[in-house]
Amino acid sequence: MKASQWTALGLTGALAVTLTACAADGEGSGDGSGNGDGASGGDSLSVLIASSGPAEAGYYEEAVARFTEETGTEVEIVVANDLIQQLGQGFAGNNPPDLFYLPWDQFETYAAQGFLEPYAGDLANAGDFLPALVEQFSYEDEFYCAPKDFSTLGLQINLEAWEAAGLTDADVPTTWDELQTVAATLTTGDQVGLSMGREYARVGVFMNQAGGQLVDGDTVTADTAENAAGLEYLQGLISDGSLVFPPDLEAGWGGEAFGLGRAAMVIEGPWINGAMANDFPEREFISVELPAGPGGESTYSFATCWGMPVGSDTRDSASALVEFLTTPEEQLLAAEAFGVIPSTTAGADTYASDFPENAAFVAGVDYAVSPVAFNGAAAVMSEFNTELEQLGSADAASLLATLQGNLQAALDSAQG
Amino acid sequence: MSAPRATARPRRGGGIRRGEARAGYLFIAPAVIIAAVFLLIPIALAFWVSLSDWNGFQSPLNERVNFVGADNYAAITTEDTLQQRNFGRAVRNNLYYVLLVVPLQTALALFLAVQVNRAVLRGRGFFRTAFYFPSVTSSVAIVIVFQFLFLGTGAINQILAAFGAQGPNWLNDSRGLLHILFGAFGADSAPSALADGGMLGISWWDWLAGPSVAMTVLIILAIFTTSGTFMLLFLAALQNIGSEIDEAALMDGAGPWRKFFSITLPMLRPTLFTVLTLGLIGSWQVFDQIYVLGGGASILTPAYLLYETSFNELQWGQGAAIAFILFVFIIVLTLLQRWILRERSPKKRGYAQRAASRNLTEGGVR
Repeated sequence: MKASQWTALGLTGALAVTLTACAADGEGSGDGSGNGDGASGGDSLSVLIASSGPAEAGYYEEAVARFTEETGTEVEIVVANDLIQQLGQGFAGNNPPDLFYLPWDQFETYAAQGFLEPYAGDLANAGDFLPALVEQFSYEDEFYCAPKDFSTLGLQINLEAWEAAGLTDADVPTTWDELQTVAATLTTGDQVGLSMGREYARVGVFMNQAGGQLVDGDTVTADTAENAAGLEYLQGLISDGSLVFPPDLEAGWGGEAFGLGRAAMVIEGPWINGAMANDFPEREFISVELPAGPGGESTYSFATCWGMPVGSDTRDSASALVEFLTTPEEQLLAAEAFGVIPSTTAGADTYASDFPENAAFVAGVDYAVSPVAFNGAAAVMSEFNTELEQLGSADAASLLATLQGNLQAALDSAQG
Repeated sequence: MSAPRATARPRRGGGIRRGEARAGYLFIAPAVIIAAVFLLIPIALAFWVSLSDWNGFQSPLNERVNFVGADNYAAITTEDTLQQRNFGRAVRNNLYYVLLVVPLQTALALFLAVQVNRAVLRGRGFFRTAFYFPSVTSSVAIVIVFQFLFLGTGAINQILAAFGAQGPNWLNDSRGLLHILFGAFGADSAPSALADGGMLGISWWDWLAGPSVAMTVLIILAIFTTSGTFMLLFLAALQNIGSEIDEAALMDGAGPWRKFFSITLPMLRPTLFTVLTLGLIGSWQVFDQIYVLGGGASILTPAYLLYETSFNELQWGQGAAIAFILFVFIIVLTLLQRWILRERSPKKRGYAQRAASRNLTEGGVR
């Protein structure tokens, strides 16, 4: 009896040792030679993308086929359902993709946590990218992640409503006062003048246009008079009745309110073209640059870059793929296929002349800034988005005071 | 010859049963290994993560990961941070969710089970299937249907409008139900006694907010989808109650209400415990509905918060800490519920039973 107990104990012990050994093994090989994809000497790459639709995935399948033909490197495109979740799983399992989409709002978190290989500065075409995007994807002065494409915010105008209100080309707003006037003119019984997402990524633009910014170097400057002026301007539009947010217009987002004709103007990026073509093909509209505030012109740029895991074995072949995909030719093909704006200076210029309806978005890149997205800022911003529900009734200064406190705490912990 | 055998026997467990125990362990080994690999080791690893600064990069056991003690737990429970407020909010939302979902789904399940158990009901099979149907449908599909039903101009509000009532913009309404109720009595803002103090970074006034209107939709959804499953459990238990007991109750002169509360319900106690426990655990872990709706402060729950914290902010330690706090929560509440639903002591029960039977007998005599 006793002997059997010892046997059982021994078995359990052996099991534990085996499992620990397995765990250690897996880890060891991971630390040493990297993942399985890398072991084959860079002859095959796995690329994780988040596709907006069949057009985007289809373009990449064709593009990598051209790349394989040119270089002999096999590339597998994996379309993610939930990019961030799949990336997290890949990194935790020590098997990240060789190249992956990394959105602007995650970039600094990933860079700060040491997940990323700073390869972008070594690319042959590193100097061709738009400076604003290089800045967006640099962390501690190192260019980590080659921008894939970008979007800026513009003002969309529903032409039908515009003409119905008796407005002409000369009335396209270029200042806050003009925006307020046309928004009031366009507001009718069942249509509001202006709508946009009730979130930092839209509202913050107005704070910047008022001359404010949220972070200045190491200090948070959210509670300045300029930022308050930006919010107060929006509060003015709300009390005029000419700015209503999508949820109150029975719409999921600005573009839907625009397509349904419930908002005559919205503030969105170039993705609105695809959305209108798909869901509201009859909607005729133009996109213009955002009007300037007292602090000058400002818009946000949102970009996605090609992330590479730190210490990647396939660094060379993956870099070659990035160089291939960011040539002006490929970028223009991508732009044609699914409407994104090229991330290189040459590509963006060609794009602006090929697609004049999107010239406003390209023009915006000259003065665009990145939304605040340092490591840990995301939670603060989603808290701010929640607070913005009270934008119509709350005191601008007290909204910003809360933001100041939260953001400062996050910045302090991000800087250790 | 037999002497050495006799001495060896107790020590080695020999004889005809020799090696039986070893064979036994061999037989249960697959189950033990599976449980260890898929349950025990992951739980132990998650516990380690909750005490470490692992950021999701490579194995949580690699040498760059440091032990940080209870820091992760402190960040979400005691330190005055945004994480703490989010956790407080998530707990508040889920608490109201549990308080409403568990009793209502149990009551509805029991009610439905009793109805479809009646011999006289026509088309019993149809109703059983119909009530069970929401349970076999994917909750994701139901959330999406609910999203359309509860639009500002959706079917629900149009029905309300037909009765002259104006429905809220359900899923976008973050006001708490109790706050709305207090507002109706003129209490729009927090009295200073409630505004200052608080727990987990949420003021007492906000703890009293009640479920948000958006959360109420999810509460209705949960009751709708889960009561079918629990109805099935109750139905199985009801069919175990023999008809002789019904007859005996009838002979003792019990009316239908008396019979239900004094005979049927006590006999369902084990099933009731199962249903309440499953309901409690399930409703503290609500995630998929929130995920489909994209989160947001008004419907934030601990399970969704830990997903966000881990994957989006790469604070895996804090995410794991939330998971363990949730685990302790569920264990404590289950034990509490077990204690409440325990079999009463024989003495007390004897008295109650005597009293009950006396009443019944007297009733019968009269």
